Amino acid sequence: MVQKKFEMVPTRDGFGKGLVELGRQNKDVVVLSADLTDSTRANWFKKEFPDRFFGLGVAEQDMMGAAAGFALMGKIPFACTFGVFASGRAWDQIRISVAYMNLNVRIIGTHGGISVGPDGATHQALEEIALMRILPNMTVIVPADAVEAKKATIESVKVKGPVYIRLGRAPVPVITKPDDVFKIGKANMLRDGKDLTIFACGQMVYESMLATDALEKDGIKARLVNMHTAKPIDIDAIISAARQTGAIVTVEEHTVLGGFGSAIAEVICQNNPVPVKMVGVKDHFGVSGEPEELFAHFGLTAKDIANAAKEVLKMKKGQGLG
Amino acid sequence: MTRPDILKLQKKAIEIRKDILKMLTLAGSGHTGGSLSLVEILLALYDYKLRHDPKKPGWKERDRLLLSKGHGCPALYAVLASEGYFPKEKLWTLRKLGSQLQGHPQLGLAGVEISSGSLGQGLSIANGMALAARLDKSNVRIYCLMGDGETNEGQVWEAAMTSAHYELDNICAIIDFNKLQIDGFCCDIKDMGPYTHKWKDFGWHVIETDGHDIVKMMDALDEAGDTKGEPTIIIAHTVKGKGVSFVENKVEWHGIAPKKEEYERAIRELDEALAKLS
Repeated sequence: MVQKKFEMVPTRDGFGKGLVELGRQNKDVVVLSADLTDSTRANWFKKEFPDRFFGLGVAEQDMMGAAAGFALMGKIPFACTFGVFASGRAWDQIRISVAYMNLNVRIIGTHGGISVGPDGATHQALEEIALMRILPNMTVIVPADAVEAKKATIESVKVKGPVYIRLGRAPVPVITKPDDVFKIGKANMLRDGKDLTIFACGQMVYESMLATDALEKDGIKARLVNMHTAKPIDIDAIISAARQTGAIVTVEEHTVLGGFGSAIAEVICQNNPVPVKMVGVKDHFGVSGEPEELFAHFGLTAKDIANAAKEVLKMKKGQGLG
Repeated sequence: MTRPDILKLQKKAIEIRKDILKMLTLAGSGHTGGSLSLVEILLALYDYKLRHDPKKPGWKERDRLLLSKGHGCPALYAVLASEGYFPKEKLWTLRKLGSQLQGHPQLGLAGVEISSGSLGQGLSIANGMALAARLDKSNVRIYCLMGDGETNEGQVWEAAMTSAHYELDNICAIIDFNKLQIDGFCCDIKDMGPYTHKWKDFGWHVIETDGHDIVKMMDALDEAGDTKGEPTIIIAHTVKGKGVSFVENKVEWHGIAPKKEEYERAIRELDEALAKLS
């Protein structure tokens, strides 16, 4: 059960702390920013290491290219901006200048998802997981909380090739602990259950915890997996969940088209077909509103997740798998 | 810096053009016009200005030449082979399955510094390299070769502002100013107006010169090296398809390769030009 009140911290803050720590450890770490230095928390690094910080102005495409140039000279650049601009505005630059050359560029996309709130659709990134995971060589990480975001930042420098880290604006519950194991590409099972499995990423892991509590009250035992790495996806965790629980719910603060849920469904339908329900934004742009209002508006609350779980269980029974 | 024998380089330019035509003819596709316009620019770089060692393509302190106009790669490949980066036989594998000589350059082939082909991306990469070199207190210089049509791309101007803002005098951009792009004459497609002024207004030291005159190209590269506190751009006036009469200044030769008869005719012309030099 989710018992206590969790500390509330935005994932971007975890990144900011991790970045400063990395800066102290490794003098090859450099940071590039496209004019959102305060918002992305890149300014924490800038303050301590002004010589290794480079502002590029409102020019995301130029920033990705410059990051590639740094990487070609042996540096480890972190290119920071909002997720919409990082993944969308500069997609071809990421494709050719970064991913095709398989360079050690770390792309930081903050303000992912509808939790951005009142800024509305133009600033709510709902497509980055899809846009980034379809690129060869790319690693995509969606940390569940600030502690995990810090670990992801620090661990990312061990990856050979480009990494995209999706972060959020709003404070979210800190549900993981500093000494929890975090390995890129390896999912963390938070609870075991035999009836179905819920795979979640980002702040939806917390909502899914609430959903598993609600399901338990109804006598449904759900496995809950924090799938912090959307690519490379943890195939073993998915196949064993399909085999052992026979029904899957995926949960993402992102479009259900081509993103996190799709990545999981691709593995399931090709290896061990079982019913899948996807919770996420259904082929819509975002809108202005407070984050909590928007989660309800788009059907991303714990209640929606629990409902999806019940629906997928019906499908499982209907297939004679229950 | 000692200058190489000019007559020798002029002859070499013709040999490179013959290699380019052979590569393209064997490949059956590729960009003839914009490869032929690059030859003297590349020779002034590789045989004079660049600090490089074909035996050590990964040497950290080498100067970098980024071919941002990736479609001109047959010229780059031919020059790299002539410098000894890889055996000349490799040239005849251009655009074939399994070849390192991709239709547009890919990192991994000795001497190729960036993958390119999606236009407008090289100068931003050059900026990152130049800033990294400055951070390391290295004397490495970065050269970025772009097409004039390529500068339709907005990213080029984002990058141009960055180079100027950071006063990257270790960058030298070069425009292969052949005045043609795939759809026609640049001035008819999207007139870039007073081109030299544009770069000056963006904070660059501008040198305009003849991109087929190797001596003038070497002069321009020296001037770029001596320029402090601002990036330099060499606007190198060239002729698209240079050296082959029926290809020169012809829009339709942007993205096609010669057929066998055209190849033979072109080689005859180039051999005649070579005989005149001797």
